[in-house]
Formats: sequence, C-alpha cells, structure tokens
Amino acid sequence: MLLNIENLHASVGGTEIIKGLNLQINPGEVHAIMGPNGSGKSTLAQALAGKPGYEITAGAVSYKGENLLELEADERARAGIFLGFQYPVEIPGVSNVYLLKAALNARRKESGQDEIDSVEFMRLVREKAKLMQLDQAFLSRGVNEGFSGGEKKRNEIFQMAVLEPDLAILDETDSGLDIDALKVVANGVNAQRDGQRSFLLITHYQRLLDYIQPDFVHVLAGGRIVKSGNRDLALELEANGYDAVLAAAAG
Amino acid sequence: MASKQQDVKELVERKYKHGFVTDIESETLPPGIDESVIHHISRMKGEPQFMLDWRLKAFRLWQDMQEPEWAKLEIEPIDYQAISYYSAPKRDKNAPKSLDEVDPKLLETYDKLGIPLHERARLAGVAVDAVFDSVSVTTTFKEKLAAAGVIFCSFSEAVQNHPELVERYLGTVVPQRDNFFAALNSAVFTDGSFVYVPKGVRCPMELSTYFRINAANTGQFERTLIIADEGSHVSYLEGCTAPQRDENQLHAAVVELIAERDAEIKYSTVQNWYPGDEDGRGGIYNFVTKRGDCRGDHSKISWTQVEAGSAITWKYPSCILRGAESVGEFYSVAVTNNRQQADTGTKMIHIGRDTRSTIISKGISAGRAQNAYRGLVRMLPTADNARNYTQCDSLLMGNQCGAHTFPYMEIKNPSAVVEHEATTSKIADDQLFYCRQRGLSEEDAVNMIVNGFCRDVFRELPMEFAVEAQNLMNVSLEGAVG
Repeated sequence: MLLNIENLHASVGGTEIIKGLNLQINPGEVHAIMGPNGSGKSTLAQALAGKPGYEITAGAVSYKGENLLELEADERARAGIFLGFQYPVEIPGVSNVYLLKAALNARRKESGQDEIDSVEFMRLVREKAKLMQLDQAFLSRGVNEGFSGGEKKRNEIFQMAVLEPDLAILDETDSGLDIDALKVVANGVNAQRDGQRSFLLITHYQRLLDYIQPDFVHVLAGGRIVKSGNRDLALELEANGYDAVLAAAAG
Repeated sequence: MASKQQDVKELVERKYKHGFVTDIESETLPPGIDESVIHHISRMKGEPQFMLDWRLKAFRLWQDMQEPEWAKLEIEPIDYQAISYYSAPKRDKNAPKSLDEVDPKLLETYDKLGIPLHERARLAGVAVDAVFDSVSVTTTFKEKLAAAGVIFCSFSEAVQNHPELVERYLGTVVPQRDNFFAALNSAVFTDGSFVYVPKGVRCPMELSTYFRINAANTGQFERTLIIADEGSHVSYLEGCTAPQRDENQLHAAVVELIAERDAEIKYSTVQNWYPGDEDGRGGIYNFVTKRGDCRGDHSKISWTQVEAGSAITWKYPSCILRGAESVGEFYSVAVTNNRQQADTGTKMIHIGRDTRSTIISKGISAGRAQNAYRGLVRMLPTADNARNYTQCDSLLMGNQCGAHTFPYMEIKNPSAVVEHEATTSKIADDQLFYCRQRGLSEEDAVNMIVNGFCRDVFRELPMEFAVEAQNLMNVSLEGAVG
C-alpha cells in the first residue's frame, strides 16, 4: 500500500476540520475525492502535504510504510508526494525553470543521484512544456507571476510531469478552467498514469472525471468519507446532487 | 512542526562573520574634537593651506549645526567628544611601496575578508585601494591605470599630487554646510579614494575600495571624490566590513561624484558593517552622504547598493540631474535584522530638460528591525519633459519588524511625468510552503524567495559583486531551518 490514512483528525486554527478519515491508496490507483464546499477536501490535501498550521490531533498516516506525519513538508515532497495547488502562489523574480531545477535536484539528491546536467534538464523541460502546451517563454517567467488562472493550473501539472512523483494530490486542479484548458490538464495527468503512480484528485465537479477516469470515488462530508464507490458514484452525484447522496448515506 | 515565528527567530540569530580584531599598534589621537585636532590631522597629512582652511571652515559650520532628527531612527545620543578622530597603523615613516612591505597582519585581515589583494587581484583585474582605518595602505594597478590616464589613489595622495583637481572639485557636490554629518566629515576626514577619468577614456577596469574600521572607538570619516570628465566611463565598487565590538562606532563618510558631458559613473556598494548583536549591542552607526552631479548633458550616474550591515544606516545616494538628457539611477537592497535600523533612499533632483531617473528600492526586514525608504523626486521649473519612475517594495519576515515608505515629490513643471509604485508583502507562508512542497529545504526556499525579490537590483551589480551580494543574503539567512 502506498498511502494508508487511519482515523485522521486534523485542525486548523483550533477548529477540527477532518474528523476521523480513513483512506487507502495502492500504487497505480486513481482516487477522486468529491464533496461540497467546506467538507474538508482542501484541508485533507494540505494536511497530507504537511502545511505548517495544519495540526494532526489524532490518527495515523503511513506512506510507503513510514510514518508520514513525522516528516516536514519538504521531506514529504522529496519522498515523492506532489501537491498541485488550488491557488498556486506567485514568487516574483524567481524563474519557473530555476525553481523547477532546484526542486528536481533536491529530489535527485535525496535518492542518491547526481544533479541533472543543464542540457538534459532543458530537454526534459521542453518536452513536458510541449505536452502541456506551454510556450517556451513561459519557462523563464517568474513563478506564476502574471499567469492567468489556466496557466497556473497547467504549470502545476507541468511541474508534476517534470518531478514525476509517486503520489500526486491535485487540489481542485479543474476549478476555473475552460473546457480546452481542462482537456490539456487531463491529458497531462493521463500521460503520467503508468500503473505505478497514484493520484488523489480533489474536485467539486464530476466534469474532471469525464477526462480522467478514476478507479475509486469518495464522498467527503463533515470531515469524513461518507460514501465510496466507483465512477458511477460521481455520475450519481452529478445527477442527484450532494444533498440527496448525503441523505441516503446518512439514512 | 516549527512555527513561522520560530523560524524567523532562528534566522535572525546568525553570527557576524567578520567579527575579528587585528592586533596592530595604532597611532591614535586622544578622544575629542576642537580646532587643534583639525590642525593636527592636517599637519599629520602634510596638507596644503587650502585644505586646512577648508577643514576649519567646515568645523566652524558644524559647531552651529544640529543632528538631523527627521529620520525614522532611534539613536542613542552620540558623544562627539568621546570619539578619536585619527587612527593610523604604526609603521615606518616611508609608506609601503609594494605589498611585501605591508604588515602581514594587515594582509591577513584582508584575506579573512576575502579581498583579492594579492595575485588574485591581478587575475581578476580588480584594482584595490584598501583603506585600513584612516590611512590608505596600498594601491594596486596604478601603473596600468596611469597608462590610460586614470588617476586612482588615496585621497591623501590626491591632495599631495593633484591639489588643483581636489581644490576645483571638492565640496562642489556636497558642500561643507550640507548637513551635520557632512560638515563633521569635511572637518576631520582622514582619507578615502580619489578617481579622475580624463576626457574620452573608458576606465580599463573596475575600481574597487574596501574600507575597514579596526581600531576601537575610532570614527571613520572617509571622503571619496570621483570625477568623470567629458565622454569618460568608470565603474567603482565599494565594499565595507567592520569587526565586532560591544560599543557603537561612528562612520560618517562623504562621496561626491561628478559626471561631465556624455560621461557615465556607475557606483556599486556592498555594505556589511557590523550590525550589532541580537539585542542591539554594538554595531556601526553609518551616516553617509553620497551625491552625484550629472553636470554635463547626456551624462549618467547610477548608484547600486546592497546594505546588509550597520546598526544604523542613514544614507541617501542622490543625483542632481543638471545636464540636459542626463540620467540618474538608484538601485537599492536594504536588509535589516535583529535590532538594526535603516532609513535609506535617494533624492533625484531634476534641473535639466529631458532628464530621466529610475528608483528601484527593495527593503527586507526581519527580527525586530525597522526599515524605511525615504525618497525625494524634485522636478524644477526648468526640467521640461523630465521623467521619474519609482518602485519601492518591502518584504517583511516575521511580525516584529517594520517597513516604512516615505516618498516625497515636488513637481514644479507641468510636463514632468512621475510614477510611483509601492508594495509591502510578508515573506508569505504560502510562498515558503509552495517551495518546500516542491522539495526545497526551508533555508533554500527563503534564499530563493529573497533573491528573487532582490533580482531587479542584483542584476545591476557587476558580476563579482552580484555573487557576493547573493552570498551575503544567504549568510544573512543562515540557520533558518529548525
């Protein structure tokens, strides 16, 4: 098992948001977590990535058989966890490729590899940029600086493609995208599915799942997974709405 | 998980790297100042009468002046009678003619500072005029510069060998009465650098001066005068460090730049004077008057500064844009940490038509430091079509520091265009987390964000200084990881 979450409780600013969540992800699986606003979807993503201020009050999370909760955010990243941010921040003056190269080398160093040489790096970056339909000029721009909403999301998937994580958590990567951008993002994700890499897709809408076929769909409400199923569950949510599904789960 | 506040606390607890004292016997005047001290300094330096008269005039003006109080600085009262105004390393009467004759301890000091004074200097093509306390110790590359007609020497030598140039230009940009500290400097300055680049000459190398304050309780009052004659070009680098001491030391320098028609002066500073300890004990009081005069048409003066040290920084490198179509630039990074205070900025005085100025100021505050940008853009009635662009950005680290922006604008010409942009941001937890989530350690993440913030200024620095500035930033941020 790649990731095993048991009875997770997490608080932000003293308020408990995640209230006893269980989830298991095996290598190669794609899980989608859906839920209404305020159900704790993004909190789960941030807590798994180790964002400071997200306090784990109870429960256990193991990743590759190790206690994930003991690791700092950067250690988790170097261990292969990637978070695609819902709102990627701008870092003025730091070029996209500069950050990416530092990130890639940090991961390589962790696994005992040499730093990537510049020619190889640029070849890799160009290839992945093409996949995400990102312009070359985009690479030397400041990180997310002046990017449109769609560019920011494509940039997240571009980074994921270069860093090749073992577990990618994509937090509402589909929000704010038009249908063309959504297809580009979905293609980028699908290209990364290799039977080993696992994904946790966090989304409010079923729409994304038309393009990325999940193995499992979970409904998150009140900080807990209240229902799990396959792709049909997402379609059911779309057809009947969260309220009906939640009421049925509660009943 | 370490909280943000802890991180910043650790970050500000870095140690000063240049805090050592060189044990050399010094010839130091007893503390205090009166006319006899001025006479003594002038006599020790064997100065001509005009210099003594000039100093005495400054001293008399200074006695009636008050310290400026408008800056956003909290300063312990300075007892000017408790300062010694002259300190020179003891040595044979004859000045050293080569590096071999220089006290090895001095050279060792420079070595610790990483100053390329030996063969490295030759390889790097840097001419160093090293000022140790008040007396210039050695000047390299004089011959090569002389071949180009460039005069680069200590101020004392200039007074001896080029008195006509000194008399003609000294005080024409920063007059003795300019301000309290400039007047004091004019009275008691002991050395500094002098540069003259003749007409049409492009100075064949970057000129560099390292100043170092060593003797305790010694004020350092250096004076620099750079003249770029018509159509000439010169780039000057200034680096500063000082040893660690519990008491405060006063540093009141004056720098005057003169650019004649079509001339260009680029003046770069990396200032890393001792900033005091975590509780604000010790550290340099840095009161500096720097001003450039774009005297001729199409002339250009560009200031670039990285201010990382000093307990107190009071410094406004300025440009008087007198010549038509002259250009003034000010690029600044000011970092304050612990109890450091900086009140720094620039003045752009537009007099000529079609003059242009650019101000890019980046202030970084951490610990309990206070960092203020203070800038004046003045467009006089004669400054038709003058333009200014000002950008002031402040970065806060932690929640105990302060950033302040005081832009002043005086526009007396309707055709002038003045733009001002200002931002204040915290080194956002979100930015840190973003970088860390990509696998960067916290320290690397902070370095990357800060260097990105400073990039617009760093890229104005000459290559070797840009690297030094980045390293200085990284040293400043050492220990950020818990």
